[in-house]
Amino acid sequence: MSTSTLLRLATAGSVDDGKSTLVGRLLHDSKSVMADQLEAVERASRDRGLTAADLALLTDGLRAEREQGITIDVAYRYFATAQRSFVLADCPGHVQYTRNTVTGSSTADVVVLLADVRHGVVEQTRRHLAVAALLRVPHVIVAVNKIDLVDYDADKYAAVDASVRQLADQLGVVDVHTIPVSALAGDNVVDESNRTPWYEGPSLLHLLEQLPIEAEELAADRQVRLPVQTVLRPQQAARDPRFVEYRGYAGPVVQGTITVGDPITVLPSGLRSTVTGITIGDREVSRASAPLSVAVELADDIDIARGDVIVGGDQQPVNARDLDATVCWLSERPLRPRARLLLKHLTRTTQVIVDDISGVLDLHSLVAQPAETLGLNDLGRVRLRLANPIVAEPYSTSRRTGAFLLIDPSDGSTLAAGMIREARDPDSAESAERDLEARSQASQDWII
Amino acid sequence: MTVTEKTLADGPVDPLDVLPIADEHRVVDNLDLLEAEAMLVIREVVAELERPVILFSGGKDSAVLLHVALKAYYPAKPPLTLLHVDTGHNFPEVLEYRDRQVGRYGLRLEVARVQDYLDDGRLSERADGTRNPLQTLPLLDAIAEHRFDGVFGGARRDEEKARAKERIVSLRNEFGQWDPRGQRPELWSLFNPRHRPGEHVRVFPLSNWTELDIWRYIEREQIDLPSLYFAHEREVFQRDGMWLAVGEHNTVRANETVETRTVRYRTVGDMSCTGAVVSDAAAVDDIVRETALSTVSERGATRADDRITEAAMEDRKKEGYF
Repeated sequence: MSTSTLLRLATAGSVDDGKSTLVGRLLHDSKSVMADQLEAVERASRDRGLTAADLALLTDGLRAEREQGITIDVAYRYFATAQRSFVLADCPGHVQYTRNTVTGSSTADVVVLLADVRHGVVEQTRRHLAVAALLRVPHVIVAVNKIDLVDYDADKYAAVDASVRQLADQLGVVDVHTIPVSALAGDNVVDESNRTPWYEGPSLLHLLEQLPIEAEELAADRQVRLPVQTVLRPQQAARDPRFVEYRGYAGPVVQGTITVGDPITVLPSGLRSTVTGITIGDREVSRASAPLSVAVELADDIDIARGDVIVGGDQQPVNARDLDATVCWLSERPLRPRARLLLKHLTRTTQVIVDDISGVLDLHSLVAQPAETLGLNDLGRVRLRLANPIVAEPYSTSRRTGAFLLIDPSDGSTLAAGMIREARDPDSAESAERDLEARSQASQDWII
Repeated sequence: MTVTEKTLADGPVDPLDVLPIADEHRVVDNLDLLEAEAMLVIREVVAELERPVILFSGGKDSAVLLHVALKAYYPAKPPLTLLHVDTGHNFPEVLEYRDRQVGRYGLRLEVARVQDYLDDGRLSERADGTRNPLQTLPLLDAIAEHRFDGVFGGARRDEEKARAKERIVSLRNEFGQWDPRGQRPELWSLFNPRHRPGEHVRVFPLSNWTELDIWRYIEREQIDLPSLYFAHEREVFQRDGMWLAVGEHNTVRANETVETRTVRYRTVGDMSCTGAVVSDAAAVDDIVRETALSTVSERGATRADDRITEAAMEDRKKEGYF
């Protein structure tokens, strides 16, 4: 009954690649669709004059989606096998919904991309692979779909496989797999198909059951990062008189394993102390690993507030007030240089000025172009100056401490997803030198 | 889990009864991950907003949500008010449970009553007698009156396909409306509850939980629930394929036959549109087993209000419903 792990996957693909059908097939064949939900799909399919149940209707939940036969927004689905529980973010494929693919990929352990075996790698595939590389999704699976329509031809699959791998290499995708599937007929989705004897790998579901989970890898990291969300001081309102003097720093362990007795540093202040207690709710534990939400007590009565980060290990992040970052622009209002925005990083929000827009990535050529502004769905490079320091690391080191949001101060809307390339403390001595270096590197290793 | 646990429900801890300290706590179960995510969301939104509130119906999802909120702030009291939108068609066990929880944890409770709106004509009774859709106006009025800016609910994405598209932190405009096509992207674990004055956010920390996760968590954490979730004998009658309870809010029609059956509830809502399921599951572990084997979703089994049209929930959500 108890499932030991939870894998987060995101799916993306071009319109008509059969993504919703694949997801429907995965849910249906893993017996995760309830009888009444299937009945509703069958009824709706009949109403549309279809002879078989259109499994895409399982995930297309909004009225406009069913009317237009497209997926508009990220839909979340849940299924479980004896091995694992899965959270699936089903992302639309349209160009104008790239921001949704970015959203779905940001939390994913695995991105599953759909490619039509007859068309191979198309612009949408390049775009989605680039997004997966940029967001450093640990694993990418390309489901080479509609293999039934080419009579299960091994060579046609091999050609797509080769071009996917070449592109993944070029983009710096961390880990890539391809699988020949037919979402419609069910080949290699849940069970290995006997119509593709030339393919020796696992089915999609079996591969999903085997891939390592990022949360478990983060837990094994020795560099503890715990951003403080709130300080718990019950005082006279304590639910238990033992806790009148209690002072706990509450937040998620975003990386590593924190242990009672650990020496820690609080950033940005740099004050040091030792962990004397860890609780999860009312349960005391001696250690807690990422991504658990905990409260910790420290040996010394030092000044700690929301936004500070409790840090362990020997690789200390920078108190950064200067960032070189890649952003995915998510808003219809364009980004212009000199814009004054809010930046949210871990649990700190600070004012920020956009000093410079240094380029935009052309997802077709995968080459950076000069740019004055960034528009909706653009992936661009910016330099940011912060009013208050954040405890930052490059996104390539950590998807947790390297990510931020840009927020519109006037209405609170989320404008951009940001990934730190270089974090600098302008007051530190080595900063000026690294600054120069960063600028000269900027035009080269563009994507990652 | 190897830890001997004392749960919140046990009340104050005897200082001499020192909690055993586990050798370590690593994630061993997806419930740990789901709980951690829910605690993170609650702490984050509460920290960024002024007047957070939990919609507390007394149902199992709001019971789990309250439990997680208590854990997020332990040993302090969670800085959240509870709000119950009372349809007037309540199961008495649920009201009794609501008041018991409020008393036990010393929380503040506000109640918005549909009946008040019916009495003074701001709302009128529907032809089908159900009051679930009538909750929207009292809910929005209560949010405006108390200036609640973060409204927490126990809704889950696996319940219904419009909910499957909802963000964990979801913006509502001045009119309380949800705009499914204009939703904010939600990236990493960086939640953004900022909004303009007059707007508010709905927050669903249990978004990624399934019905089975809820029951396994209730079992693990020994969470107290209203008794009607467990198998009991009740006078029921069949309508539209659902078992409805005989009570002052449900009038049995001439062609309907009252029978005594052993039933339990999978959801708790307005008595007039919430059906029971025939079941012998009298304890939490029986329910966990039964839920794992179920082939019908909880809303399909027990909620008449979602059967009206294919987009019934989407339409209600756009108007400002839960």
